[in-house]
Amino acid sequence: MSEKNYLGSHLREYGMIMALVAIVFFFTVVVRATIDVDFLSAQNITNLFLQNSYVIIMALGMLLVIVAGHIDLSIGSVVGFTGAVAAVLTVNQGWPVYAVIPACLVVGGLIGAAQGYWVAYWKIPSFIVTLAGMLVFRGSTLWLLNGQNIGPFPRSFQSLSTGFIPDIFGDADQALFGMDRLNGTALLIVVVAACIVVFLGLRKRAQDAAFGLTPEPALVFWIRNAIVCGALIFVGYKLAIFRGLPNVVMVLAVLTVVYAFFTEQITSGRRIYALGGNEKAAKLSGIKTERLVFFCFVNMGVLAALAGMIVAARLNSSTPKAGAGFELDVIAAVFIGGASMTGGSGKIIGVVVGALIMGVMNNGMSILGIGIDYQQVIKGLVLLAAVIFDVYNKNK
Amino acid sequence: MTTLLEMRGISKLFPGVRALDQVNLSVEAGEIHAICGENGAGKSTLMKVLSGVYPHGSYEGDIVYDGGTLAMKSITDSESKGIIIIHQELALVPLLSIAENLFLGNEVAKGGVINWPLAFQKTRDLLQKVGLNEAPTTIVGKLGVGKQQLIEIAKALAKDVRLLILDEPTAALQENDSQKLLDLMLELKAQGVTQIIISHKLNEIGRVADRITIIRDGTTVSTLNRADISEDRIIRDMVGRDMAHRYPDRTPNPGEVLLEVKNWNVFHPDQKDRQMIRDAAFTVRKGEIVGIAGLMGAGRTELAMSLFGRSYGRGVSGEITMGGKPVDTSTVTKAVAAGLAYVTEDRKALGLILEEPISRNISLANLAGIAMRGVLNQRREAQVAEDYRRAMNIRTPNVQQKVVNLSGGNQQKVVLSKWLFTDPQVLILDEPTRGIDVGAKFEIYNIMNQLAADGRGIVMISSEMPELLGMCDRIYVMNEGRIVGELSRAEASQERIMAMIMNSTGKAA
Repeated sequence: MSEKNYLGSHLREYGMIMALVAIVFFFTVVVRATIDVDFLSAQNITNLFLQNSYVIIMALGMLLVIVAGHIDLSIGSVVGFTGAVAAVLTVNQGWPVYAVIPACLVVGGLIGAAQGYWVAYWKIPSFIVTLAGMLVFRGSTLWLLNGQNIGPFPRSFQSLSTGFIPDIFGDADQALFGMDRLNGTALLIVVVAACIVVFLGLRKRAQDAAFGLTPEPALVFWIRNAIVCGALIFVGYKLAIFRGLPNVVMVLAVLTVVYAFFTEQITSGRRIYALGGNEKAAKLSGIKTERLVFFCFVNMGVLAALAGMIVAARLNSSTPKAGAGFELDVIAAVFIGGASMTGGSGKIIGVVVGALIMGVMNNGMSILGIGIDYQQVIKGLVLLAAVIFDVYNKNK
Repeated sequence: MTTLLEMRGISKLFPGVRALDQVNLSVEAGEIHAICGENGAGKSTLMKVLSGVYPHGSYEGDIVYDGGTLAMKSITDSESKGIIIIHQELALVPLLSIAENLFLGNEVAKGGVINWPLAFQKTRDLLQKVGLNEAPTTIVGKLGVGKQQLIEIAKALAKDVRLLILDEPTAALQENDSQKLLDLMLELKAQGVTQIIISHKLNEIGRVADRITIIRDGTTVSTLNRADISEDRIIRDMVGRDMAHRYPDRTPNPGEVLLEVKNWNVFHPDQKDRQMIRDAAFTVRKGEIVGIAGLMGAGRTELAMSLFGRSYGRGVSGEITMGGKPVDTSTVTKAVAAGLAYVTEDRKALGLILEEPISRNISLANLAGIAMRGVLNQRREAQVAEDYRRAMNIRTPNVQQKVVNLSGGNQQKVVLSKWLFTDPQVLILDEPTRGIDVGAKFEIYNIMNQLAADGRGIVMISSEMPELLGMCDRIYVMNEGRIVGELSRAEASQERIMAMIMNSTGKAA
């Protein structure tokens, strides 16, 4: 198979990466030309991750929910609520951070369980259950905060969002490379990550060949890896010369790897896809579909709680409005990432790229000073275009 | 009497199948004409041609109706001629009222505004005609199936019906509802409505029909007058054909009893007091192919699915033993662990994840078989799928192909592979050759024989009697939720099976 045919039959996957690269390139040029600012400055890249981490984290969970054939509209409110719980426990009750974090995750899990129970075991449409949850937990947030902002958080809690991985090499490497500021840990981590990406890619190719599958053409493989690794190292370098790897990015990277592994290599992950693809067939194959749907919602709740704490830590206070409308960004990211609306398909990596596309657009448009009105219109059109592209590709 | 309808030389081709071949049907004005035939004989196809579901041009032959030739493009055309069909599955909207249903698409309205008083008045008149004492505002979903059937007839009357076609109208009805319906048919006949009834139930046909046309393998076999109607004659005409297919040779070698089911009772999942399976009992030996014969709605699938993890029905009770030991099959997982497998009759809706590749479909029921502590080994998964692709001769470039792209026969092989990978002792195959071509059928038969030779027990549910006769060592006959007879290979014949079904119909305790 020629490179061209191969790209044609895998248009969706490559299209995503190409779209992200194109959007980044577009903003780099336009931002430079119009207001003479470096879009890819270390500071802005750091900001980009800090601003969008919560969307990516929740999109990981939302993918599972959507693959299972459901939807969760309540996550924005759960973000607000768990942020409020964190504030009340930390600021008002004086709990230590190491107790607050697990407590909030448990609260998120319980919320997910409370909603998942009705969806999974009572077959109540998830749209209804989580719409109710959206109202209930927004109201609960207002009640818990008494309509006020609560803050500020102690430094240790703030570091959840604004902290950085310390440089274990100290100043030695800076002297070595003759630079003022260089976070060696950050650089080391991304280089190792890039090597792992290439290694896993090569292993996958060998495996495909062993299965008698048409492997990715060598040229395409190396170009794709060059882009991905180049981007990784570039971003890592930029972060390293600023303040290092944000804690959030590490959390994000670990979660992404864990969920990618779960969805592709673990029995339960596989079963969620089967259940979303054909629930009755899955059930007749001995899969406990109810339990899996329940798990997807619990998982979503836990991730929403994590996002809630990150958002609260970033704002350094809990506000009754926190998280409002987040569910829409997250759901949009999952669909831009190529998940099927009817369930049964979608990939973690696609979702991460989808969320990054949304994030880069948010960030770029804000830098350009484009009004929130235009921003919403553009984001809406991008979502629509991505899904139309999917449907068109499928019918072709 | 004048002839109202004459269908001459009707032929209808589907890709690869000649569903109707030169069928002739002549219906006199004012008579009740019955059409009989086995499942798949072509009765429903013929009625779809007549009602315009298959438009003019998609079939060969002429329909002469009321002196003129019909060339209908759609159901609307046939309805405007007064030809109205009531399908086996009722076409009522359960959440709307009787009046709304009766005039659906045909509203009593002027300029789009519904005249409710007039609509209600007309509804009352129609309900009176069909002998139904309900308010026009009653929600249809709250009525029983018998009453809904009457509403379907009232709906036909609302459209000035001249030729009413009823497709197995009593299949879902209780005895006294059936009687009411048959009475109504006779009353409509007295009012001059010509009717065609499709039915398997010979006692009903004997009661209402003036003439009967028997169809077999897509052709008209005979048309009998009332005086000539006899059960023997009808059964002979319905089944009297040569073995159309060939079956691979096999020397049966049954061993000890593998699966034994006793006192199996199942109730309808929604209607709590409707018993679907009554005191069913059967056995399967090692290396034996056991058939379950019966007409549609006899409860064969319900029996199989209730055995397999209670996937059908409620209030399931009874005993199952495997190799003499009682086993628990109350969930699919437990049933699989006990050594059962069920290959569904509806492979697209219940058997396969169409958008997933062959390899993932094959591993689905036994993911533990390709995993270590919950981590999937995709290399092993592909190897397993590749092995089955070779063994079953699944025609595909590779096992990563989505099953939606496969033909029916190859899809069926994927479903069989899925269940074989669970290493079952007993396989229940529900209509294993439905919708697949002759060549693939032969391959499936060969696979079945091989499985039996390996010492597995096989239960084969099929609506095609020649297939059961050609493949099975023993045949159980089911009717109305009960096993009404058992025939050895030597005893079994289509006539005997049909007779067992006919003789037991309506005689349930």
